[in-house]
Amino acid sequence: MATQGIEQPRVRRPRRKPADAGPLTAYLFMAPYLVLFTIFITVPVVFGVWISLHNWDPLLPVKPFVGLQNYVDLISPGSTTFGPFWNSMEATGKFTLYSVPLLVIIPLLLALILNRGFRGRNFFRATFFAPYVLGVAVVGILWRFLLDPNIGLVNYYLGVLGLPDKTPWITALPWAWVSLVGVTVWWTLGFNTVIYLAGLQDIDPALYDAAKVDGANGWQRFVNVTLPGLRPVLLFVITVTILASANMFGQSYVITQGAPGEETTTAIWYIAEQGLRFFKMGPAAAMSYVLALALAVVSLTNFALFRYRGD
Amino acid sequence: MGRGRARGRELTRQDFLLLSAGAGLALAGCGGSQSDLEKAGTGGKSYNGPKVSLSFWNGFTGGDGPYMQKLVDQFNSEEKNIDVSMNTVEWETYYQKVPSAVQSGKGPDLGIMHIDQLPTNAARGVVLALDDVAKALNLKESDFVPIVWQAGLYNGKRYGIPLDIHPLGLYYNKTTMEQGGLDPDDPPQTNDEYMAALEQLKSKGIEGSWISPFLFSGGLTFQALIYQFGGQLYNADATKATFNSQAGVDSLNWMVDLVTEGYSPKNVAQDAEYTAFTNGDNAFMWNGIWNINPLDDVKDLEWGAAPLPQIGSEKGAWAGSHNFVIMNKRGQDPNKVAAAKVFINWVSQHSEEWAKAGQVPARNSVRESQAFESLKWQPVFAEEISYVNFTPPVPGIADVYTGSLDPAINEVVLLKKEPKAALDEAASKANQLLKENQEKYQAA
Repeated sequence: MATQGIEQPRVRRPRRKPADAGPLTAYLFMAPYLVLFTIFITVPVVFGVWISLHNWDPLLPVKPFVGLQNYVDLISPGSTTFGPFWNSMEATGKFTLYSVPLLVIIPLLLALILNRGFRGRNFFRATFFAPYVLGVAVVGILWRFLLDPNIGLVNYYLGVLGLPDKTPWITALPWAWVSLVGVTVWWTLGFNTVIYLAGLQDIDPALYDAAKVDGANGWQRFVNVTLPGLRPVLLFVITVTILASANMFGQSYVITQGAPGEETTTAIWYIAEQGLRFFKMGPAAAMSYVLALALAVVSLTNFALFRYRGD
Repeated sequence: MGRGRARGRELTRQDFLLLSAGAGLALAGCGGSQSDLEKAGTGGKSYNGPKVSLSFWNGFTGGDGPYMQKLVDQFNSEEKNIDVSMNTVEWETYYQKVPSAVQSGKGPDLGIMHIDQLPTNAARGVVLALDDVAKALNLKESDFVPIVWQAGLYNGKRYGIPLDIHPLGLYYNKTTMEQGGLDPDDPPQTNDEYMAALEQLKSKGIEGSWISPFLFSGGLTFQALIYQFGGQLYNADATKATFNSQAGVDSLNWMVDLVTEGYSPKNVAQDAEYTAFTNGDNAFMWNGIWNINPLDDVKDLEWGAAPLPQIGSEKGAWAGSHNFVIMNKRGQDPNKVAAAKVFINWVSQHSEEWAKAGQVPARNSVRESQAFESLKWQPVFAEEISYVNFTPPVPGIADVYTGSLDPAINEVVLLKKEPKAALDEAASKANQLLKENQEKYQAA
């Protein structure tokens, strides 16, 4: 399978050729991965395009071909999918916009602190990472009860302290976003923190010494040594955090149920509901490609910006 | 890179052709055997075939699961040649999983479905027609609550054998009523009594009737009220939404008034009305019969249940219904279908045990039995079944609500939109969805 249709693979010639390395060696080494990649990525991706061109219900014998209609619907105001889909894209966009900066900056500050030598450092490292091991259902139900506007502990204790105790944390805007972003930051900041910590430990201490010799203060050392040293890590963290935020589903599903109205219904939620619950797989597939395209553009921009600034 | 990608595409095309050919064959296989399976056995009278084991799926994840398990165990000990094993999955997951599981031939042999899911699953070929069960066992409309019997039909065929009806009722917290200066044994039953009671509670600082903006229980409350005000959610053949009628507007106005008049707090979150009821903050709760056992389990809670108060011009209540279905499983053994019919018949006759799980049996003989009458709260809910309503039996009807009425009620109860405008907007969305569903299932 892996050899089909290859006449002259252009592999860069190694300096010293291993005794029996034929022209197919590299492909054979990649074959196990390529097989999985083909079955689980390429085939579904292409098959998905095909689905998106139909009114596709896997259980109905007739799956009418509709051409680009599912895509046209997504740009035609008044179609059944236009309103809810762009509303859900907006919700996803807002959540990403609010949560990514916090999830990039707060873990960085935490990592800087946790990278210093002090007593109980490992305890704090574990503490900040701890929520990350919880599942979204646990996190969601826990915070739904805590944030309940009428019977939740958060409003209760705010009242005890003499603060406003009627804040509709999970039923009105902007509070619902405050809650969803807050919960997500609390839940996932440990992951980014660990990545930053690893990155910080990779920076050569000699660079800091050299900077000190040159008379750089703390801030200057951060800007001129730490940040450049973290550049690849930052790129990774930002990319991964954007993608994770854009995939947000569980938090709003459990905590706000998409309320008020459909304001916190995210794109992944709406797509999954249309495709897997209502079996409208054609429109759902079309929406997935629009979302995927949007994320690809964001990720490429991200890479371009980081590359530009550097070399 | 470029080459690799091109190669991948080639392979994919082949794979795709194989896939679609396979799918076609599978469907052809299904079509051929469905009617044979439907005729298997003696329609549930008895089973004489070889020993079979049946996989029975349902969504009884709450306090109702153990009651069904008890029935299954009893059946297994009585019927030597049939071994039923029960598997419980959350309803939402259940309705997603069952169709594909059944199609792949790995799913359950039989299961339970809600009445509004029956037409969808019948149209999609997930479940078998059970007309021969009804015929062989001589089950007639007069043996059941008429509305639930009729709702099991789709395109002239019967797909569900009704097990129960679960209506919405009025729960009242006796302690809270007493604190508010009300007689804890005299729950309000008319609009005047209800409003007077709420006013009385308000004078003691109690918000007496929490209105939820979510389907459970605000959406169900709306669906009860619209019948009381003489309306319906959809027209009879479900081609048009009618929930934006005057009845719908009146219903939603009544709910909103409770919030704005201070009889309900604003911003009630999911399940908060229930928690507040068990805490004694909420006096009245419109909720389903399935809450009987969970409320009994709450320590020191003094509560009662009554039929819903009549707010509008007539009596009306929302209700759901669980129905037995037999799956149209690919490559199914006819013996299993025959055995499944026997199991369904047996449980249907023993549904007084199921009533204890917090349900009203659909079968008249069971509902009128001494055993049912002696239950504490179930007979109270049974009083409502002459005036409960279901949505019209058309495929995809359950999806329409989610995309239209559900968010509208949510925004109105959260005081973000006016009832009339929100309902009109939701109705035009619903009409579009109904039309799409109609086209989808007609084409099939």
